[in-house]
Amino acid sequence: MASPLLEIRNLKVSFRTEDGLVRAVDGVSVSLYEGETLGIVGESGSGKSVTMMSVMRLITDPNAQFEGEVIYKGANLMAMSQDQIRSIRGAGIGMIFQDPMTSLNPVYKVGWQIEEQIREHEKVSRQAARDRTVELLTAVGIPNARERIDAYPHQFSGGMRQRVMIAMAVSCNPDVLIADEPTTALDVTIQAQILSLIKKLKQDFGTAVVLITHDMGVVADMADRIAVMYAGRIIEQGTQRDLFYDPQHPYTWGLLGSIARLDRPRPRRLAAIPGLPPSLMRLPAGCAFGERCAHRFDRCSELPLLLDRTGTGHLDACHLSPQQKQDLRDRTIHPELVEERP
Amino acid sequence: MLTFIVRRTLWTAVVMFVITVLVFIIFFKTPGVDPARAIAGRNPSPQVLAEIRAQLGLDRPLYVQYGVMMKKIFITRDLVSYSNQGTKVVQEIFAAAPATLSLVFGAALIWIVMAIVMGVAAARLRGRIYDPILMVLALVGLSAPVFWVGQVVNLITQGSLHSSVFSWLPPLGYTSFTTSPVLWFEGLIFPWITLSILYIGFYARVLRANLLEIQNEDYIRTARAKGLSERRVLVRHTLRTSMITFVSLFGLDFGALVGGGAILTEVVFGIHGVGFLTYQSLTNLDLPTIIAVVIYGAFFIVLANALVDIGYAWIDPRVRPT
Repeated sequence: MASPLLEIRNLKVSFRTEDGLVRAVDGVSVSLYEGETLGIVGESGSGKSVTMMSVMRLITDPNAQFEGEVIYKGANLMAMSQDQIRSIRGAGIGMIFQDPMTSLNPVYKVGWQIEEQIREHEKVSRQAARDRTVELLTAVGIPNARERIDAYPHQFSGGMRQRVMIAMAVSCNPDVLIADEPTTALDVTIQAQILSLIKKLKQDFGTAVVLITHDMGVVADMADRIAVMYAGRIIEQGTQRDLFYDPQHPYTWGLLGSIARLDRPRPRRLAAIPGLPPSLMRLPAGCAFGERCAHRFDRCSELPLLLDRTGTGHLDACHLSPQQKQDLRDRTIHPELVEERP
Repeated sequence: MLTFIVRRTLWTAVVMFVITVLVFIIFFKTPGVDPARAIAGRNPSPQVLAEIRAQLGLDRPLYVQYGVMMKKIFITRDLVSYSNQGTKVVQEIFAAAPATLSLVFGAALIWIVMAIVMGVAAARLRGRIYDPILMVLALVGLSAPVFWVGQVVNLITQGSLHSSVFSWLPPLGYTSFTTSPVLWFEGLIFPWITLSILYIGFYARVLRANLLEIQNEDYIRTARAKGLSERRVLVRHTLRTSMITFVSLFGLDFGALVGGGAILTEVVFGIHGVGFLTYQSLTNLDLPTIIAVVIYGAFFIVLANALVDIGYAWIDPRVRPT
C-alpha cells in the first residue's frame, strides 16, 4: 500500500479540569490514504471530534494537552508553528462542521467568506477569487450562484448553508476533507443530498475524506474504511465490508444490533447496549467497554490492544479469539435469528 | 429605507412632544415653584407679583403658556431667560454647544480607542495575570466619580504641580478652536481624560466579556479552520461581530453626553457648555432655559437612537429591513 496521506500516530489529548484529567483521546493511531473515505464512528464523547480537531490544531482550550504525532506530507502537524499550520488549514486540509446554522459568520456575505479563504492561501485577484466562488457555489448545487454569492448566511436554509460550508472547505482543492458530523443538524432528506454531494466532490476532485459520524447508516453508505471509537480509543478498524459483515468487537456488535433494518424480520424491540460509557476521568485499567460487555471474562481486566487478530488487516481490541467472537456475535446482533433457528 | 426614515422622524417628533409637555408640567405646576416669586425678590407686594405674572404670561391657561413657549423656542427663537433678563435662551444654547461638542467628541475618541485596546488585551491575555489587572483598573475607572476625579486632576494640574510640570496648562475654561487651536486642545486635554475614564472602564469590561463569548462561536472556529491569521480572526471576525453590542451602547451614551449629560465635567473644569448651562439654570430655577436645554438634550438622545438603529443595520445584516 502507498504511504498514507495523513497519519495519526498515538495521539493523546487530555483536558485539565477542576475534577481531574479528562482523557478525551487516549492513544489513537489511524491513517488516511489518498482518495479514500475513512469513517470514524462512535457515540458522543468517544473522542472522534476531538481527534480530528486536534489534527487541525483547532482546540484552543489552554487546559488541553497533546501528545503524539500527526504526519501530513512528511511533516508533523503537532510540532508546527502557528504560521505553518495556518498554511495547511483550509488549503491542504479542509473542514466541514456539524452545525451549518452557526458555522458561518452572520455579518458577512457568504461569497465574501469563501473568497476570504481563497485569497488567504493563493495570490489571486479579487475578481478571480469571486469567479471561483461562483463556480464552487454552482458545483455544490446552489442555484443562481451569481446572485446568491451576495446573500448573507441568514438568507440561506440549513442545507444550503452546509453546501456553502462544503464549497468553502474545498475552495483551495484540499487533499483531505474532514467532515465532522456534516449531516447531524439537517433533515433526513437534506442529509442524503449533502452526503451524495460529498461523494460527488470526492470523485471529481480525488479528495480523501474523513467522515466523523455517530450514524452507522452514514458510514455504510460512504466509507471505504471504518474506525470505531469508544472512550477515547479506537476499538475496531477495518474495511467497510469487515465492519459490517465480520465485526469483531462486542461494542461494534452492539452498534450494528441497534440499527433498525428493513431487510430483516422486525424485532420486537431494538437491541440497546446497557449502561453508559465510562467517565473519561476514571477509565478502567482494562477494557473500557468491559462493564457493559455481555461477554466479559477474566482477561478483560487487562487492557486489550488494537491488533490484527484475524490476519486480514482487520484490527480490533478484544481479547476474545476470532472463533469465540464468531459464535457469540450472531446472538448479540440478531437474537431473533438465533431464536428462530431449529 | 425611506419609510424607515419617515417613521423614525415622526416617532422622534412624538417623543420630543411628550418630553416637552412632561418637563413643562413638572416645572410649571410643581407646588411651591413660582417663577414670579423668584424674580420679584424678597417680600414682594401682591401687586408686583401680579404684574410680573402678567408680564411673563403666567396668569394665562397652562396650554397657552406651553404654546407660547414652544413658539418662542422653535419659531421666533426669542425666548428670554427669567433670571438673566435679556439673554436669549436659544442663542445661548447654540453658543454653548461647541464647547460641549468639543468635550464630548474628544472624550469619545479617547474612550473608544482605550476601551478597544484594553478589552482586546484583556480578552487575549485571559488566563494570565494581566487580564485581572486590566479589569480591576477598568473597575476602578468605572467606580471613580467624575467630580472627584476632576477635582483631583485640578488639584494636581492647577495646584501643586502647576508651577513645574503643568506650567503649559492654561487656566480652567474653554477656548474655542477658532480662537486658538492650541489653547483649545490644552484646555480640553484633562477634561477629555476625566470624562473618558468612566466610559473606558465600562466599555472595556463589556467588550472583553463580549469577545470571550464570541471566541467560542462556531464561526470563529470556521475562520481558524480557513487558515486565517489570529490577527485577522480577531479583527475581522471576533471584533467585528462584537461591535454590534459596542455601537448600540456607544450611540446612547454619546447622545446623552452631547445633550448635556457631561454636566459634572463641565462644571468641574469651568467649561461653559450645555451641561454648565443646565447646571446654572437648575440652580436659578430658570424655567425657559431648563425647558430649552431639555428639548436640546432630548433631541440629541433621540437622534442618537436613530443613528444607532441605522448603524445597527449597517453592522448586522440580520436586522436590515428587506
